[in-house]
Amino acid sequence: MNILRGKVHKYNKDNIDTDVIIPGPYLKIHDHKELGKHAMEGLDPNFSQKIDEGDFLLTGKNFGCGSSREHAPIALHEVGIRAILSPSFARIFYRNAVDGGYLLPIEIDSAVINKISDNDELEIDLDNNRIVNLTSSEGFKIKPFPEIISKIVKAGGLLYFKE
Amino acid sequence: MGMTITEKILAKASNKNTVTPDDVVIANIDKVMVHDVSGPGVIKVFSEWEKKGINLDHIWNPDRVWVSEDHFVPASDRISANNITLLTNWTKKYNIKKHFKYGLGQYGICHTLSHEEGLVLPGEIYVGGDSHTNTTGAMGSLAVGLGHTDIAYVLMNGKIWFKVPETILFQINGHKPDYIMAKDIILKIIGDIGTDGANYKAMQFAGDTVDKLSMEERLTLTNMSTEAGAKNGIIEPDEVTFEYLKTRTYEEFIPVKGDLNASYSDTFTYDIENLDPVIAKPFSPENICSVGDLEGRAIDKAYIGSCTGAKLEDLRMVAKILKGKHVKIRTEVLPAAQSIYFKAIKEGLVSIFLEAGAVVGPPTCGACCGAHMGVLAKDEICISTTNRNFPGRMGDVESQTYLASPLVVAAAAITGKITDPRNEML
Repeated sequence: MNILRGKVHKYNKDNIDTDVIIPGPYLKIHDHKELGKHAMEGLDPNFSQKIDEGDFLLTGKNFGCGSSREHAPIALHEVGIRAILSPSFARIFYRNAVDGGYLLPIEIDSAVINKISDNDELEIDLDNNRIVNLTSSEGFKIKPFPEIISKIVKAGGLLYFKE
Repeated sequence: MGMTITEKILAKASNKNTVTPDDVVIANIDKVMVHDVSGPGVIKVFSEWEKKGINLDHIWNPDRVWVSEDHFVPASDRISANNITLLTNWTKKYNIKKHFKYGLGQYGICHTLSHEEGLVLPGEIYVGGDSHTNTTGAMGSLAVGLGHTDIAYVLMNGKIWFKVPETILFQINGHKPDYIMAKDIILKIIGDIGTDGANYKAMQFAGDTVDKLSMEERLTLTNMSTEAGAKNGIIEPDEVTFEYLKTRTYEEFIPVKGDLNASYSDTFTYDIENLDPVIAKPFSPENICSVGDLEGRAIDKAYIGSCTGAKLEDLRMVAKILKGKHVKIRTEVLPAAQSIYFKAIKEGLVSIFLEAGAVVGPPTCGACCGAHMGVLAKDEICISTTNRNFPGRMGDVESQTYLASPLVVAAAAITGKITDPRNEML
């Protein structure tokens, strides 16, 4: 059973960019723990204190647009985020999240955003491509991963992926 | 069905006769770049992989890899200085000869070096550890930005997976007035399609205006395809490309062009004859309007720099406006590469900038990404030739950046306000 459970943090904003996720001055830092402290600093300076290991993010479309900095998924992973639910992701962020094995970028219908509130408990079922909002007992479909992404996710990142 | 140039390059690199959008291919890579941010990131990935028992005594092909020092040079503090040392030891260990070092001959912004030094050729697949790697697609190559893990994988294996993107064709036609630059055209396009308008897709630029554009101007179009979310920006190679490369490389190449019956997911047509200069307001490159709509808005600083806006022709356009005048606001000019800096001195451009009261600094990405060398204060308002204006991009999260062409930025430097360059080109 491929099921994740956690609390969701809602930032209902489109185009949350990499400069917000991890601002430029931190690009020189490559210590993952240190990057985690500054995750989402451009949007919510208290972000890192709110997150527990295994939590999820819920955001507007085109999450992670902007730069190729792998610091972005690293910082979010380090602070505890394991999956992001969004109607769409910018391509490099999506690749980095999956190929580095940091977190799961999960595409949802944009109508689902309004059916999930900040701090709701969610269950993500990757085998059946469903999420259940445990707080409201409502279920929603998620967009299945393309085959290649599914294989890389199962392998635990690009390093272990066999063509 | 025919193939686009992007599809043809991916088919060739994955040893297939044809590919179609959404196919997943494993493509052989021709060239790889890392800089002083992505390089240490890749080194970190290497060290994690070595802990897992992966043998990284050597990399796939050091002759096809090059390294630039651009984001944190001159070193902004001890951490960035250490990163440069780390990078230097790493290129020595793996025998990477093309390491463009700050303070040691030619160096500059990685994307500028890619064309200025003729490092990437038509028909090649080039991946770089930076999102604006798209820039180099103007050479008729498939140029794609990747993160640290993906670049590390390519350095180990010489290949990586790609989903074949759909291609959107931008047909740009009409006589380009002298007050319009490629920057105006690409800002207009991003305003129309949005910052995710080309997400996962290829943006191909064509049309009689593009045919007549110089290589440097073409590079501005492909550079900012990144701001529309594109996987790559691309222009089919032609005489302009070949002429540009003639003085820059002896390497041979086989140019690739798309088929006449290639299929595009969408086509946008622009007639630019009547286009007015364009500006992007804070806090997104898609937030555009005509410069005239904001005429007179006060500005604190003019920034002329970056891979998008500090090529030699960009500096020539700035000099055209600054010549014989004085700047009214803080104005910084940072040529995109040492070779361009030197050419600007020989052409007398640097004298024009200094006589106008601007400061001229060493090539660096520094302030463009809000890292160092002139970042913005709270509430400070900047007009910039760079490519991004997200919150906090160039400094404090409450600073503001307007994006515009070198002509528009130079006009604002003279008046201290947003100004239509036509008023300063008399």
